[in-house]
Amino acid sequence: MASFSQFGNDLYTGKRSVDFVGKRAIWFAIAILLVVAALAVPLIKGGGNIGEGFKFGIEFRGGSQFQITGANSLNTTTGQDAVLSVVPNAVVDITTVGKDGVQVQTNQLTNDETIKVTAALAKNYGVQITGVTSSFIGATWGGDITRQAVIGLIVFLILAALFMAIYFRTWKMSVAAIISLAHDLIITAGVYALTGFEVTPATVIGFLTILGYSLYDTVVVFDKIRENTAELTDESPRTFGEAVNLAVNQTLVRSINTGIVAALPVAAILFIGSFILGADTLRDISLALLTGTLIGTYSTPFVASPLYATFRQTEAGIKKRDKRVLQLRAKSFAA
Amino acid sequence: MATRSTPVRKAWRSLAWLLAVVVILGALLGAGKLFWGWGLKPQLALDLQGGTEIILTPQLAKGQTVTQDQLNQAVSIIRERVDAAGVSESEISTQGANNIVVSIPGTPDEATLARIQASAKLDFRPVICASNTQTPSAACTPTSASASPSPSASLSDTPAVKPKNASDEAWVTPVLLQKYSTFDCTTLSTVDTNIAPADKPLVTCEDNNSAVYILGPVEVAGTTISDASAGTVTSSQGVTTGEWVVNIVFNSKGTPEFSKVTTRLVALAPPRNQFAVVLDGKVISAPVTQAAITNGKPQISGSFTQPTATTLADQLKFGALPIGFKVESRNTIAATLGASQLQNGLIAGGIGLLLVVLYSLFQYRLLGFVTITSLIVAAVLTYEVIDVLSWQNGYRLSLAGVAGLIVAIGFTADSFIVYFERIRDELRDGRALPGAVEAGWKRALRTIFAAKTVNLLSAVVLFIIAVGNVKGFALTLGVTTVIDVLIVILFTHPVMQLIATTRFFSSGHPLSGLDPTALGAIYRGRAQFRISADARRAGASREAEHRQTIAERKAAELAAGSSAGVKASRAQAAAKAAAVDGSAAPGVETPTEAPVVETAAGASKAAPSKPAGTRTQPKRSSRSSRSTGRKS
Repeated sequence: MASFSQFGNDLYTGKRSVDFVGKRAIWFAIAILLVVAALAVPLIKGGGNIGEGFKFGIEFRGGSQFQITGANSLNTTTGQDAVLSVVPNAVVDITTVGKDGVQVQTNQLTNDETIKVTAALAKNYGVQITGVTSSFIGATWGGDITRQAVIGLIVFLILAALFMAIYFRTWKMSVAAIISLAHDLIITAGVYALTGFEVTPATVIGFLTILGYSLYDTVVVFDKIRENTAELTDESPRTFGEAVNLAVNQTLVRSINTGIVAALPVAAILFIGSFILGADTLRDISLALLTGTLIGTYSTPFVASPLYATFRQTEAGIKKRDKRVLQLRAKSFAA
Repeated sequence: MATRSTPVRKAWRSLAWLLAVVVILGALLGAGKLFWGWGLKPQLALDLQGGTEIILTPQLAKGQTVTQDQLNQAVSIIRERVDAAGVSESEISTQGANNIVVSIPGTPDEATLARIQASAKLDFRPVICASNTQTPSAACTPTSASASPSPSASLSDTPAVKPKNASDEAWVTPVLLQKYSTFDCTTLSTVDTNIAPADKPLVTCEDNNSAVYILGPVEVAGTTISDASAGTVTSSQGVTTGEWVVNIVFNSKGTPEFSKVTTRLVALAPPRNQFAVVLDGKVISAPVTQAAITNGKPQISGSFTQPTATTLADQLKFGALPIGFKVESRNTIAATLGASQLQNGLIAGGIGLLLVVLYSLFQYRLLGFVTITSLIVAAVLTYEVIDVLSWQNGYRLSLAGVAGLIVAIGFTADSFIVYFERIRDELRDGRALPGAVEAGWKRALRTIFAAKTVNLLSAVVLFIIAVGNVKGFALTLGVTTVIDVLIVILFTHPVMQLIATTRFFSSGHPLSGLDPTALGAIYRGRAQFRISADARRAGASREAEHRQTIAERKAAELAAGSSAGVKASRAQAAAKAAAVDGSAAPGVETPTEAPVVETAAGASKAAPSKPAGTRTQPKRSSRSSRSTGRKS
């Protein structure tokens, strides 16, 4: 504890500092590498087709799904037999969920078949018919949700970029924040491709939350940058990049604390959802959220902030001032 | 201490406001429970309580669109159907621009599902028997054997003679006759008995249960109607009689079919000269054929009023539904699964909350309790708001909503973290706690507002644009964001103001989480403190700049390759403390023999050992000297 608060103090005073801005070439290289990897994984997995690299949930593929809770056995052939007894040529995919749940997915069945399969499954797994959850999902259903979500995403991005541009009085912060957000989303998508977790409408919700979180985190840090750089006066001894770097370091403890606090409940969901019991929606949301909060926290100091400094450093006024600061410094060394 | 009473009074006022909000919401819930049948728990969505959700999507030709009116009409028709099935607490709503969502709690029987999913059928069937006929024909008069209510296996269900046409009484078999004579119209709304294949006769009732009919097979399908409208009869002089009628226009397929039927019916005796308009197995109108209609443009007259004529015209025109719907998805969730999902969600939330609590205590010591109580107050307020939204506006908590709430724990806690870190920053600059709380608050609030605006923006946009689960999620996210800001203003900050006046926190007890020594505070001395306060008024950023000088010095020192050890750096830090206006160039050795502050040494080493030589000190406030004195 003492060492952590010591760490915070050192960051604050500048005794210890991570060179986010100065070494940006390294951080950018890492970011680009991660993004390329995140794009490459589904591409390779999908054999050249990115869409194939993801495991889309039944909501996107269309089909029928049955879920049995409290089953007396987790034997998958039991379920297979039940389905095939009704529909001999069905494509059946059975997974166990938690400690007594069985999930059966098939190609799209008719209404009659659905009823019969439900009865057969209930009998084979020794549960009441009412204990069997059945869904029949048209292939466009998940797509509908996603389309609306994508429209929402675009509208939100435009509004958020406008808001940040007005609040910070520079569109360069908006651009830096949005690029870093894209970085977060692409990497999170890559994690889905890598882990093979299903992409369901719940995952889409998770993605939308990342957007909010990632921008939120960036705004908090950018506000400190704004504070530190807003009135860099002539006698101020720091270059623009150094001022940005100090702001990021001064908020680093906050970033770490917030990242951990945001990730803890999500990690709890992921754990409960994946390992203890099968709460599908929770699991689907939480992987996106966990990855997103971690990447979102990481990208603010390592991507968004140096990016912003890069954007601003080419401005004539800032260039001139930086030059003078460096000259003054050189002179004082010589003295 | 008169100066400090203002924040304290303000703090109590804020807390009173918060209490008022909590109490008012609580009272609203209590009143709801007492008078409006509200529950104390929010209503749950299907994925948590179990039930069936059917999503219907319109079947549209290319380029065809659905109007909101059509959708609303479809919703009300489907609602009638579901209600007719005697299902309580069902919910029918539109989703997005196109879809209709039917949510039914529990597991509905197949008849109900069929009723909802059946695309409503409108048909024309000739009447064979009608219970409201003065002199029923022999074929329609039940024999004593068939009048008995219990169906007898001996009765024949196949016509003895092959019927010549749809109006032939030969269709009336003993089974049909028995059904007709014992038919209870009230069962029509609860049992799905009114479905018969198009090529078979049908026993059914008039819409208002006034008559029972035996109808022949379907002769003209409703789909052949190209238009139907309500209007008033115009006499040959061109004057309206004021009598409401329904005008139908058949298409090229319907015209000859209807012509054939009416030509046959007009010659028959009542009731067989009637044809029935059958909608969803119910007779909505059974007009008498007065002429053979060969042009495909019949007019139905009777005791219509404008609304009834319009309704009939709409029904004829649209079938039952203005547009055909197909089942996009059907989801039956077992109640047990819903319950276990909710339970898991709550367990996950509980574990998440516990971890956040532990981490807060670890990071912020007793200050962590401020986080925890703030979270608890936020939880209470959120629960109240969700409950009110649920019972007042029909919001239902779904699993995605629960996830939104769990995620909100992190977002909410962040407001406190931002605030605490700002206070710590102020403490590091040598402010006393009450001043640090006020100064840190001003800066934190600005950041919190900006960041929460982004959050709220995402919630609002998603709520307006997104559909289904995403909407519920966006709502919880939006609600928690607003509550979060409310809590930090009305609870966390006032509590900080109040505890800043307690000795435990303001003296910087090591367990308080606000120990200036541990935070490496730089004591500036009274006079400098005032100057600094003036500088603050000149602009927060300028103030921030002053405070960064230590960092910058350090960097400059490193850059200069100065081998100055701890002592030199200490001297520099002290020099900075003295030269508050910060005009000195970086890295330039300040010649002034500035008073050295012992806490600065503590900061750079965090070790209790302290060189005695550094103890030259300026006069300082009694509080500060107490705390540092104890530390060393």
